[in-house]
Amino acid sequence: MRWKKIFSLYFPLGTILLFLLFPFYWTFVTSIKPEDELYGSTVTYWPKELTLASYQKLFGEFNFLLPMWNSFLVATITTFVTLFVSTLAAYSFTRYEFKGKGLLMGLFLTNNMFPNVLLLIPLFAIMRSFDLLYTPMSLVMAYATFTIPFSVWMLTGYLKDLPNALEEAAMIDGANRAIAFIKVILPVLTPSIVATGVYIFIQSWNEYTFAVLFTNEATRTIPVTLKNLIGQLGVQWDLLTAGGIITIIPVCIMFFFAQKKLIEGMTAGSVKG
Amino acid sequence: MRRKKINLWPYLLVLPALLIVTFVVFIPVIEAIFMSFQSYDLRRPDKIAYLGFKNFAEMFSDPIFWLAFKNTIIWVVFGVGLQFLFGFILALLLNQSFRGRGMIRAVSLIPWATPGVLIGLMWKWIYDGNYGVLNDLLIKLGLIDQGITFLSQTSTAFGSVIVTIIWQGIPFFAIMILAGLQVISQEMYEAADIDGASKLQKLFHITIPSLKNVIIITILLRIIWVSNSVDIIHNMTGGGPSYSTQTLSVYIFNKATVLDLGYSSSMALFLMFMLAMVAVPYLKNAFKER
Repeated sequence: MRWKKIFSLYFPLGTILLFLLFPFYWTFVTSIKPEDELYGSTVTYWPKELTLASYQKLFGEFNFLLPMWNSFLVATITTFVTLFVSTLAAYSFTRYEFKGKGLLMGLFLTNNMFPNVLLLIPLFAIMRSFDLLYTPMSLVMAYATFTIPFSVWMLTGYLKDLPNALEEAAMIDGANRAIAFIKVILPVLTPSIVATGVYIFIQSWNEYTFAVLFTNEATRTIPVTLKNLIGQLGVQWDLLTAGGIITIIPVCIMFFFAQKKLIEGMTAGSVKG
Repeated sequence: MRRKKINLWPYLLVLPALLIVTFVVFIPVIEAIFMSFQSYDLRRPDKIAYLGFKNFAEMFSDPIFWLAFKNTIIWVVFGVGLQFLFGFILALLLNQSFRGRGMIRAVSLIPWATPGVLIGLMWKWIYDGNYGVLNDLLIKLGLIDQGITFLSQTSTAFGSVIVTIIWQGIPFFAIMILAGLQVISQEMYEAADIDGASKLQKLFHITIPSLKNVIIITILLRIIWVSNSVDIIHNMTGGGPSYSTQTLSVYIFNKATVLDLGYSSSMALFLMFMLAMVAVPYLKNAFKER
């Protein structure tokens, strides 16, 4: 029985996990290797000597804090704006019957189909004519193209699962809809809103295609900065990998807290539907 | 008779989201259609003019466009196909019970949450011809004697970036399919056991049919995302060497970054129509069922 489990579970699972996780390990190891070992004649799988020089250089010489701040700013604003408008829309879709509801829901659903590169081009022209180009606002707007449809879809799913009876009871007690929503629905919905927010934040934090065209020196986000490091330096892998590790740490932390609820929401529609 | 009063609230609640989406999606799509009929080149802003179908004619006689088209098909078929295969296997494994399953499920999802730029960088470094770890491993295993420059020769570059997109997409397939597996009722398997069905029979007659919906939706979503993805290829090869890794979206992006907006809009519209042809029949069905 034990041997069987090794072949049917542990060995294949281990192999896939090794494939999925090794790149992260390698990136981390690279970022803490001294330069002469990195470009030495033999490849070492754990550094003979540990150093944080690349991290110091990244923050000292290359002011990595600025792109981190820019990314944080854009991702935070995008998250709050998207959550606010999407929660309202999802509430409307799940709590009212009205003419044109199917059409409107369809509009949000099909939104995901437009290629980023299709929207990128006219958005660039539009941002330019509104003088928004190279401001964080231009990225917030651009990211709304994919965050709003996704969030409306997720939140509609979560809200559908909350029975109407909850608020109806509150409304019989004399509370109006808004108060019933804030007092009864919101506390139960909060974990789902947080999970959706985490997804929006991660997507905005990671985005590259829009960011590369819509930012300049002062407003550059992390992905663009990472890409630019290659251009400036030839290729300095210790710096690049250090930047990579710093980029992904906040993503991982948030993801771990929200993953359970997030997976639940993402899979709900397809499993039931 | 008094007409029934229309309740405005549901519309008002949808309005903010709708306004933003109109401004950032619908108006740009219409604008893109206009641009595709113009010589809209921001390097020559004085020469913006109506062209009719000239951009489209140019596109269909552009050999680089056709190469990119072919590459997109290969990219999607192998990329999504193998993501699905390995994602399915991973889901079957994670559906078994063992200690630490929750933790492993969460950890195996990380590639999906990783920025495309970083994915490109990590794999470019793994594939590196001089100091890359993949070459070192292959040499140690005795499979090659000399480092291969995976990303700078046409014979290996495309395969290498496809491995990278597979790596990125396995987790998403795995969690979607895993969720589907967990709602299949155990009674069906028990009934099959009584009838003496083999493991493979159960897989093909119970598991896969029950997962039909999840599989279709997930494949559809991945086809859309993978064909639209720019950042991984752009950061690993930029579409080279000699266009061998350039998919349509990368070609469009490259044209857009040199500000040839008219031509890139035409190609982007073409890409959208291709995707719509794949997705619309399915969406129509899903809509009817609702």
